Order: sequence, then C-alpha cells, then structure tokens
Amino acid sequence: MLRGATTFKLALVVVAASLLAACSSTKEEAPAPVVTAPTSSIKPGSADDFRVNVGDTVFFDTDAHSIRSDAQTVLQKQAAWLKQYPAAKLMLEGHCDERGTREYNLALGDRRAYAVKEFLVSLGVDAARLQTKSYGKERPVCSESDDSCWQQNRRGFSVIAAGAGS
Amino acid sequence: MKTIGSKFFARAAFALASLALAAFATPAFAALEIKLDQGVAQPIPIAITEFLGANARDQQTASQIAGVVRGDLERSGLFQPLDPRSFIEKVTNFGAIPRFADWRGIRAQGLVTGQATLLPDGQLKVDFRLWDIFGEQQMVGLTFSTTAENWRRLGHLIADAIYERLTGEKGYFDTRIVFVSESGPKIKRRYRLSIMDQDGANPSFLTGGEFIVLSPRFSPTTQAITYMSYERTTPSVFVFDLQTGQREVIGQYAGMTFAPRFTPDGNRVVFSYSRDNNVDVYVADLRSRRPVRLTQDPGIDTSPSFAPDGSRVVFNSDRGGSPQLYVMNADGSGQMRISPPGQGRYTTPVWSPRGDLIAFTKQAGQTFAIGVMRPDGSGERILTQSFSDEGPTWSPNGRVILFTRTTPGRGGVGGGSTIWSIDLTGKNERKVITPGEASDPAWSPLNR
Repeated sequence: MLRGATTFKLALVVVAASLLAACSSTKEEAPAPVVTAPTSSIKPGSADDFRVNVGDTVFFDTDAHSIRSDAQTVLQKQAAWLKQYPAAKLMLEGHCDERGTREYNLALGDRRAYAVKEFLVSLGVDAARLQTKSYGKERPVCSESDDSCWQQNRRGFSVIAAGAGS
Repeated sequence: MKTIGSKFFARAAFALASLALAAFATPAFAALEIKLDQGVAQPIPIAITEFLGANARDQQTASQIAGVVRGDLERSGLFQPLDPRSFIEKVTNFGAIPRFADWRGIRAQGLVTGQATLLPDGQLKVDFRLWDIFGEQQMVGLTFSTTAENWRRLGHLIADAIYERLTGEKGYFDTRIVFVSESGPKIKRRYRLSIMDQDGANPSFLTGGEFIVLSPRFSPTTQAITYMSYERTTPSVFVFDLQTGQREVIGQYAGMTFAPRFTPDGNRVVFSYSRDNNVDVYVADLRSRRPVRLTQDPGIDTSPSFAPDGSRVVFNSDRGGSPQLYVMNADGSGQMRISPPGQGRYTTPVWSPRGDLIAFTKQAGQTFAIGVMRPDGSGERILTQSFSDEGPTWSPNGRVILFTRTTPGRGGVGGGSTIWSIDLTGKNERKVITPGEASDPAWSPLNR
C-alpha cells in the first residue's frame, strides 16, 4: 500500500513537470524542465532496488504453502539478485490471512517461509543467507475481511536483513 | 491501566472462620439449590443487602464489597440480584434472624447479609450470612479477614462461598485472567501482555508493547505465566514470574517455539517447536530445560494441552490433510484422532480442569465456533458461533469458557477482538470487560 502511494506521488511529479513543459514552450525565459525518471534514484543492490525492481512478495493459496507459478517468477528474480549481490542476506517472513486460529497460523506461516527458503536454495542460494520468521495472522497488509485482502495477506515477504547497499 | 509492580502480586493472607447460629447450625433440608448441568432457565432471585458498617468508612467499604458480590453473582447468569430499593426489611442488625415473610414478599429465594469492620491494625474483617428464604434457615455463615487493600477479593470469596453452597461446585470468582491487550490499526497492531481480576478490575500491563506477545497461559501451581514473544529474532516461549516481574526464555532453540502450556504439575511446559521445516510437540522441564520430543509427524502438530491428571495430551495436527484434534499418551505414544470426520477444521483444543471435556475452535463454512467434546471425540456440542470465535480457556471449575471474538473488517471499520464468556450449557454469552481490545484470554487457577 505504501509502495502504491509512493509510485502515485512520483507519477504526479512527472505530470506536473510535463504541464510545466507545455507552458514553458510559450515563454522564452522559462528554464528547461528537469524530469527525473522514477527509478533513477534507486541504487543498484540497495533494499529499494530489491523491493522495486525485483519484487519482495509472493502469494499463497488458502491453507497452502506450495510455491505457485507466479511466485516462482518472483523468486527466480530474487535468486538472480542475490547472486549479483553476494553480501545480501534475507529474512523470509511467512504470513497468513485471518481465516485460521492464531497458533495454527503461526505454524502455517512458518511453512510458507520455509517453502520460500527451499525454493531459493533450489535455485542455488546459500541457505546460510536465508532466515525465516512466521508472523501467522498478526501482521496483515490489508485489513478488510474479504477474499481480495485475504489473498494479499497470504504471503511470503522477503526483507533484506543485511548486506544491502544503501 | 497501571504498570506492574511486584508488590501488586504479593500474596495476600486470608483468614477464614465459620459463623454459626445455634438454632440454624444444621440445615436438614435446603430448598435453595441449583443444578448446574441443566443450566438455569430463570436466574434465581437473590437479595444482597448493603453490608453493614459501624461508621462511615466501614459503611463505604461494606457497600463496595456487597457490590462486588452482586456483580459476580449476576454475571454468572445463575442469579438475579434484586434491586435493594425493593427490599421491605431494612437489615440493621447482622446478628438478627431476618423476617423471611418480607423477603418472600419480594420473591427473593436467597438473602445475603454482611458487615465489614476495619480493625486498628489495618486488617479488614467481613462477616456474611446466606439465608434460604423458603427453608427459613441459614445456609452459610463465614468470617473472612485480610488487609484492607484486598477488599475486592473478600467480595469474590463471599461470592465463591455462595456459589459453592448453592451449586455444590467450587466458585471461580476469586481468580484472574491473563490476556493480550491489542491497540492500533490491524496492519500495525500493538500487543501487550496484560492481567486483570476475573471481573475486569485491577488491570495492569506486564509488557510494554515493543514486540508481539501471544498466547499467555497460567501456571497451575505458581504465580507464573508462559507465553510466546517476538522480543528475540527467533520468536520464543517465555515464562513470566508475576512476583518478580522477571521473564525468561525456556531454552535455546534453533527455530520458533510457540503454543506453550504448563503441565498440570507446573514443572514443565509443553509447546510446539519448528525445527528443519517441521512443527512438532515437545515438553521441557523448566529446571533442567531438557526438551523431550512427543510427536514426529511431518505435519503441523501444535496447541498441545495436558489432561489434568497428566496422563494424556490433546493436540492439533494437519497430518490427515486438514487440522484435526488428536490425543496421545504423555510420552507421545498411542496418537489417535478424536475429532469426527467430514465436519470441519478443529484447532486450539484445551482439556477441561475436570478432565471430562475438551474445548476447541471449529471452523466450518464461513464461521468459527467454540465447542466441547468428550476426550474420545463423542458428544460434540457447539456453544458459540460467529465470524471469528477462537481460543477457549476454562474457568477453574470447568463450568465457564472464555474465548476471543473478532468482528469482520468492513470499510476500514471493525476487525477488532474482544473477550467473551459462555456457560458450559451454551447459555449466558457475555462480553468480558477489558480496558480495550483484547484477545487470547487464559483463566488463572483459584487464588490461594
């Protein structure tokens, strides 16, 4: 959600700059507008690079921990990035929707985090660079009680724990 | 809510003496009795008089104590305390025999009288009597004394004595509830370990809310709580000492430990440990800290709860494809499923302190329910049902269950959790008073 808001803000800046450009064409003394590309400020190898250009979230089916094909695509990009930046380490969080009891969901989130870890290891990532942590249903990203939110909350979330360039 | 001080948990000394009126010492027959197994269709009308005090200060304490008694008995759903304004007889002499006809006139079946005296040494002495109006006899006459600051507990002890005399079972009013206070938006929830009296009085926080804490449970034998906390990188099971305020992890484990409960002797904790991508049930002695593994299955094995005699453990496993209830012997042998096939998903089993029932959460269709079944899986009864009811805990007498109810989040509203109580008969569903949103209640044993 935070990510969406940031992108939206960047887009606004670009639009404002374009309008300025349109106006400026009629005025000789106006300075040429400087339009910054949204991703140019992101340093390769940084946490932002990982989050924006690789993707930090994969989704799961209800009460399942198998890695879906859409998740495989994201995790392949994560593995490639980890290969490029060998100092980086990840904390792999497992999360659940609210349609399960607290303790069972802690275990299910644990399985999801492990499933992500095992998939990354199968792609050649050193297991020592990957930690796991389950949050069960305690840290949702979406708080509506509907299918759309529940899907967003059934997720594996990869966080740079160490070794990212700043 | 005040923050914990160790003094708060200093054990209070209570003295107890029996009061007898010679003429009424041995009731041959009591008309006023409650059969708990059938539940009560109509709560018993009971008159709880303002307790007497010799001076203004004593009078104030006396009437506050009567208020505690009234509140406890009313919330039990078994009693209907009558409005003191309807009383015909104004009791002014604790020693006198009441005018039974006056109390029959307002339909009272029971009458509670009392008096409180603050002694020069700071002790508070309370005498009370329970009268059977139709049997025209005294049923209970007791004197309690303790330090004055413990006046609420005297009220609970009196309510317990009345409950016990009329139902034949131990009361549960002189108890506490540990729970998780929740605040803030759902996506950034703050969790604090909390404790309060059973009636919501004296709430205090045990942790500051810097990290997630879940699933607190009382020790059956000491002033301690076991719970799960995120204060270390690896979420772990801790024990919190209520007398010192100290907390300690139960051992060094390579993976997450969670879902803890004390064993009935209070010497060990049974819990789940995630090791090499497999969640199993372990039990660890709190002194040697040596863990013993009880389950080996590749499925999720969690939420273990010992039978009160220590012989068996009920737990939750998805080894058959979906979460179901299983029972095993205390050493892990003889694991067998008890929840019925094709009925739904069963989680969070808790063995009743009486040993006769197991309470659980059942998820079927779009609802979550709290139910009970016998330890062999027979006799399932659903007690409550909503969008989300989960995590039952038993009163120490096995008659009342507390649980967490969460409302659905819609349009940014709702989604909060509160604690509810339900009688074992499925009657008297009530919201429990907590200082804010709350979850994961666990009932203390009877205070001693």
